[in-house]
Parts: sequence; structure tokens; C-alpha cells
Amino acid sequence: MAVAVPMPADAGSAAARMTPPSRFGDKAFEWLTLGMALVVILLVFLIGWQLAQGSSLAIQKFGFRFLTTSTWDPVAERFGALPFIYGTLVSSLIALLIAVPLSIGTAVYLTELAPLWIRQPLVSLIEMLAAIPSVILGLWGIFVMIPWLRDYPFPVLKKLLGWTPFFTGPIYGPSMLAGGIIIAIMILPIITSVSREILRSVPNLQREAAYALGATRWEVTRIAVLSYARKGLFGAGILGLGRALGETMAVTMVIGNTPQIAASLFKPGYTLASVIANEFTEATTDVYLQALFEIGLVLFGVTIAVNLLAQLLLKTMVTKAPTRAVQ
Amino acid sequence: MFSQRKDQHGWRKFKSALVSFSTFAAAVLVIAPLGLVFFHLLVNGASSVNWDFFTQLPKPVGTPGGGMVNAIVGSLELLALGSVIGIPVGVLGGVYLAEYGSARGNSMLRFIADVLNGVPSITWGVVVYGLVVLRFKGFSAYAGGLALGLIMIPLILRTTEEVILLVPNGYREASLALGIARWKTIVHVVMKTASKGIITGILLALARIGGETAPLLFTAFGNRFWNHDLAQPIAALPLQIFTYAISPYDDWHRQAWAGALVLVIGIFCVNVLVRILTRERARSTS
Amino acid sequence: MVNLTMPAPDPIVLETDDRTSESVLDSDGVQLTFEVKDLSIWYGEKRAIDSVTLDIPSNAVTSIIGPSGCGKSTFLRSLNRMHELVPGTRIDGSVRLLGENLYSADVDPAIVRRRVGMVFQKSNPFPTMSIGENVVIGLRLNGVRNQKYLNERLEKSLRMSALWDEVKDDLHKPGTSLSGGQQQRLCIARALAVEPEVILMDEPCSALDPIATAKIEELIQELKKNYTIVIVTHNMQQAGRVSDYTAFFYLGRLIEFGPTSKIFTNPTDRQTEDYITGRFG
Repeated sequence: MAVAVPMPADAGSAAARMTPPSRFGDKAFEWLTLGMALVVILLVFLIGWQLAQGSSLAIQKFGFRFLTTSTWDPVAERFGALPFIYGTLVSSLIALLIAVPLSIGTAVYLTELAPLWIRQPLVSLIEMLAAIPSVILGLWGIFVMIPWLRDYPFPVLKKLLGWTPFFTGPIYGPSMLAGGIIIAIMILPIITSVSREILRSVPNLQREAAYALGATRWEVTRIAVLSYARKGLFGAGILGLGRALGETMAVTMVIGNTPQIAASLFKPGYTLASVIANEFTEATTDVYLQALFEIGLVLFGVTIAVNLLAQLLLKTMVTKAPTRAVQ
Repeated sequence: MFSQRKDQHGWRKFKSALVSFSTFAAAVLVIAPLGLVFFHLLVNGASSVNWDFFTQLPKPVGTPGGGMVNAIVGSLELLALGSVIGIPVGVLGGVYLAEYGSARGNSMLRFIADVLNGVPSITWGVVVYGLVVLRFKGFSAYAGGLALGLIMIPLILRTTEEVILLVPNGYREASLALGIARWKTIVHVVMKTASKGIITGILLALARIGGETAPLLFTAFGNRFWNHDLAQPIAALPLQIFTYAISPYDDWHRQAWAGALVLVIGIFCVNVLVRILTRERARSTS
Repeated sequence: MVNLTMPAPDPIVLETDDRTSESVLDSDGVQLTFEVKDLSIWYGEKRAIDSVTLDIPSNAVTSIIGPSGCGKSTFLRSLNRMHELVPGTRIDGSVRLLGENLYSADVDPAIVRRRVGMVFQKSNPFPTMSIGENVVIGLRLNGVRNQKYLNERLEKSLRMSALWDEVKDDLHKPGTSLSGGQQQRLCIARALAVEPEVILMDEPCSALDPIATAKIEELIQELKKNYTIVIVTHNMQQAGRVSDYTAFFYLGRLIEFGPTSKIFTNPTDRQTEDYITGRFG
């Protein structure tokens, strides 16, 4: 083995050649990165400020009635947001009713029941679905989904459930129901992936204990996993709702864009995001534009509230608490 | 359990099998739209993705033919503009959350970033409209780029933070033990080690933003011609797809499908690239 | 007196080779590198080191032994101010390196760490760098630009850690491509490159096989001719083989310190004897 060589006599050279450490570099870098991180706070205020400023006159003019009036008449300059609030809520509700069972079912399949070889490919496929832009799904919605809905499922629904107020009236195609379905497709990936995280975080001890008692696979899932994960799964659903409320392009392309409040899901509707998307560039008067800004403010407020709720629920379950040892 | 009646046990087993089947069916239904969308994109769009599509400008309304070259280039320009803001702020902010700060303060910042990530993208468009378009009295590539950049910030911030936290502490300690300054340790050792992760985070953000339409509707606004001045409106691929899709012209519908196919393929290529990079990283660290 | 805070441009003043400059001696005339006096360290409310007074001789290997949680790692890290990386630490007492207190308010920890190097339990060559880059990274990131000098130090450091012959043709290969034992010797070379006076080792062989361990122990014997070495080890046989002096810690206190031969054959303190003979720990 090679023998170590004794230290050379010009021992001072390294220390002499190295530059003295400066506290300045460390402080400067810390301040720089802090400034960048604080930008997120700035952004929240920026959004709030711009939306409030842009809608100030409309808020003054319409006051609280804005949220309760259902007339949207740009010509007469009478603006009420109720049809859009209604449309956003109903389409999102439909989307949740469809997406939540499917997503949680898929998440259960992926974490508890699927053979191992199928899991990763399936997860990749769902990630691919998440990557499809809204406008492309909307394009498919206009030319493929709506014609198909109009010709097959909708008439069936009408025949079976036409006695309820929800499925009456003529079937055009673009409709509240179509809007809800397309939103459902858009939020399936996120609810599925978050639910998967939640289910995976359930400790195996729970499952093992149930198996040890002789439970079947479904019973294990129901007793040991789902009830434990209830809160987190609820949070996943709320997160999906937050996404649904803000969905813009795909909805705009299939919902029909008519500001009306109707019970029948076959009738066209209009959402908060859609009216902004459609009419913003057409707003000829100041009041019109301000009303749209106010719609934006309402949308912002609603999505923030829902997302805040979702974050709070999920924080306690999926604790990916990052830790750092070096200070 | 041994004394349980045979039919009771059989019923429980049947229920279990039924649930297995139902959840499998759910999984199939979840990925079905993916297959359908892809199928129709190919069927309706593939034949229209031709040389013209990539080289020609849009033709006047009603005239068949033309392409979307300005929209493709416009999208790339908007992404570049957005990156100028989004990448530095996002990466450095993520570095702060991972390396400095207090547990409580950072937790709040993280929370705010996550909430921002849930803001509808059209809201950003409205904000930038008020901030830039109204002030400078016109749509512009700058406005569109700003809107995209603002969306990128909380996105890249979180992915960067997560990746840097994964760098083992041993490397930080070894570097500091050599008398190397803290900031140099972070930049030359920690960030360098996490560089692949940081880059994949950026790529994923770009793929996401590249398909965004809503924030561009009234910032970049779209343009039927080339944009030679970033203070003017600019075309973008998703915008063009939207405009064509809702138009009454069949030829524009055909081109919308082509545009959609190209956009989806572009996004998927970036995702595949990210997957390759991530797999390499996993292999080299094991 | 070597000044820790303001490196003067005159290299003679900064000479890190203390063998020819003035040195600190104890009552028996033994040259000392570290004088630790009444050192106490708290992590928040918990006192990890309790009034330790200890002198570490120069050009010798001092091993720190004791059961888990006795504070030996904390003590080791206090010698190059690395324990400060954990938030909320508090220190009392003094640690003098060749007569100068490391914990004076005007002392920059980075300079301390250039003079007191450290090798860790798990070898950690930087993954994005080649073998060559790993060795000189301490010099380079501390401002050294002269390529010729860097190449000289590269070869010298690798020779000093008995790695040169094995890697001299592979300097461009990633640092992580070496075996466990080689990686640890690479880390030693990396620490040596900045010309420290002391090398601290925190259980450097605990992750290595016996052959690699033997190589490193042999290396330590060579290195002590020119460096002061302090090694924390949970392996008593290793302490007996490798070290000239041994310090036995228990529950944050220094129980006994002396020549290794005496500690292992004729310890003064009952607790020391119990630990050595395996009655606890």
C-alpha cells in the first residue's frame, strides 16, 4: 500500500491563497432568496388589490344585490351575478357527484386491490390525463362529447328521469350537464392522485390487524383504510371542488353560455369563469368591465375559501413536513 | 369465524369481489377519456398536421388553408417571457424555504404558495389586464408573458423546495466543514446536487403553462400575423385553437384539431423527457 | 500568536504548520493543540456536554470513547464549531486552538473549519463532481484560482491519503464510483487539501469492511506525524489499536483521560473500567 507523504514545508500557502470568508455573501444571499420567497405574499395582495380596484365602481353601484340579482343585461347596464354563481355551483356539484366516487374508487383500486404490475402504468396514464390542457378537452367536448351525449345518454336520461324537473325540456347538446361532465373529467386526476396519497399514508398496521381478524379484502379496505382516511379523502374532494370552481376553457366551450337559472340540466348555463372568458374583451362600457372584474373578485374569493379549507383538511393527514438539520 | 355459516362467508366474499370489480371499472372509466381524446385528436387532426401547418400564417376568414406558425412561435415567446420572471423568483424562493427561515414562517409561506397554485388561471389574466393592459392601453406579449410568469412562481417555488430538501445533509456538512461559506455551499453543492430535480420541476411547469389559454385571452389577445413588437398582441397556440374551435368555419375546425394534436404532442414530449431524467436520477443515486 | 480573524497577506504569519512556530506546552512539556476548559454545551434546555476540561496533544491520535449519547460527537464537533449547525445551541467555557479561543466573538467559524478539518461517519464525496474536483473543491470554493497549485495539491492530498496510485488515471470519474473505503480516503484527501492542522474523525470506519478499516487505521498512523488527529469511535478495539491518548466520556462528562495504554490496562475510574470491560455500553 502506498505510504503517505509528509506534509510539505511551505505549509502556509493554502491559507494564504484562500480568500478570507465574508459574512456579506451569506447575508446577501439570504436576503435575496427571502425577497423572492416573499413575492408570494405580494402576489396575494396584488390579486386582491387589482380585483377590488377594478370593480370598485360596480361594488358601489350594485352593492350586495350584485350577488342576488339574476339579470345580466349589458345594454341596460343591469348586472347581477346570480346566474353565474348558480351555474358555477351546479356544474361543480355535478362534477363532484361524478368524479368523487370514480376517483376514490380508482384510488382504492390502485392502492389496495390492483395487481402490482398494473399500478405504475395506470398512474402514468392518469398523469397524462392531467396534462391535457383544458382547451383541448373543450375542443373534444364540442365536436365529440356533445354530439354523442345529445344522441345517446341524454334521451335515455330524459326517458327515465323526465318526470323530475332536472331532465325536462328540449335537448340541445350544450348544457349544464355537459359542463358538469367535462369538469368531472378535468378534476378526476387530481382527486385520484391526492386520494392515493391519503390511502398510502394509512399505516399498514391497520390493514394487517384487520386481515389478522379474517376480514375480506373489501372489509379491510372499508374498516381499516377508508374510515381512517375519511378526513383526508374529504379534503381531496374539497380540493377537487376548488379546481372545479375555477375551470374555464373546457366549460366555456360546452356549457352553452346563457345566463339563466333553470332546473333542467339539459338547459345551457353559464359560470363565473366562463362569463369572464367570453365577455371580457367585449365589455364596451366601464360599468360592464367593472361588473366583470367584480365577477372575478367573487370567483377569487370563493376559490380561495375552498382551497384554504382543502389545505387545512389535508395538512393534518398528508404531513409531508419537511425537516432540515443544518441552520 | 370458524363457526360462521357458509353462506354468510360466501356473501362476504362476493361483496369483496364485487367491490374489486367496481373499483377496477372506476379506474377504467377514469382513463377512458384519455384514450378517447387521443383517438379523436389523431383521427381528426393527424391529416391536417402538414408542412403548411408549420410554415404558414392563418388565412383570412373564410379562406381555406393556412397554418399556425405564428401561434407556435408566439407560444414559445410567451413561455420565454414568463420564464424570465417565473424561474428566478420560483427557484430562489424555493431555495429560501428549503435552506433558511423558521418552521412557522416557512409553513405560512408554503401554505400561501399552495393556495396561489389553486387560483384559477383566468384570475391572473384579469389581474394582469388591470395592471398592464389598461395602464399601457393595449394587449401585448409582455402582458401575456407576465401572466404566465406569475402563474409559474408558486409552481416552481414548491417543486424547487421539495427537491432541495431531498439533498442529504451530509453534503452540506462536508462542505461547511471545509470552511466554505454557507451561500457557496447552497449554490455550488446543494443546488448542483438538486439540479436535475430543479430542471424537471421547471419543465413540468412549462408544460403546464404552455397549454394555458384563459390567462392569455385578454393579455396576449392573439394575432393573425407575426408579432415583431413585444408590446403588441401576440398569437399563442392554445388561443388559436380556442378561436378556431368556436368559430363557424369547418376549415378552422380542422386546423383546431391539428393545433390541438401538435400542442398535446409537445406537452407529452416534455413529460416523457421529465420521466427519462427522473429515472436516470433514481438509477444513479441507488 | 496566530490570528484567526484577520488573515494577513504575509504568509509567514498564517503558517498553519505549527511545528516550527511557537507552540503551547503542558506541564510535562507535551505540545498541545487544543486546550478545552470547562466546556459546556446545551441543545435548547438539554445539557449535552458538562464542564469538560481536556487538553489534546499535538501530532498524536486522541480517541474519544463512550456509550451512545455520551456526547462524544457533540464534543468532537465543538472543536470545529460544527455543532453550531443545529439550531438553539449554547456554549460555555473555552476551546483554544494553539492558544487562541475559537469561540471569541470576532472569530469566523469558516476560518476555524479551514484549520480543523473533519471526516464523517458516512463518506460523502459530492455526487456531481469527479474525484479530482472533489479533492480541490475546498480550495476552489474558497477562492484559490491558480490551476498549477490546485493540481499540486490534488496530487499531494491524494498521496497523503494513500489513494493516488489507485485513482491517478481516473481523476475525471465521479467521486461516487469508488468503493466505500476509497470514498472515505477521498474524503480524507478532500479535508487535507485545504491544509488543516487538525483532522477530526467521527466514527470514520463504522460503515466500512475490515480491510478498508485496516487501511484507514494505517493511514491515521501516518497522518499523525504531521497532523493532530481526534477520532470518535464506538469500537474499543479500534481505539486501542489506533490512538495514543484516550478520553472516556459518559453522560456528557469527561470521566477519564490519559495515554491509551493506561486507560485500557489500568484505568483510574471505576466507570471507565466498567465500560472497557464491557459491563455497560
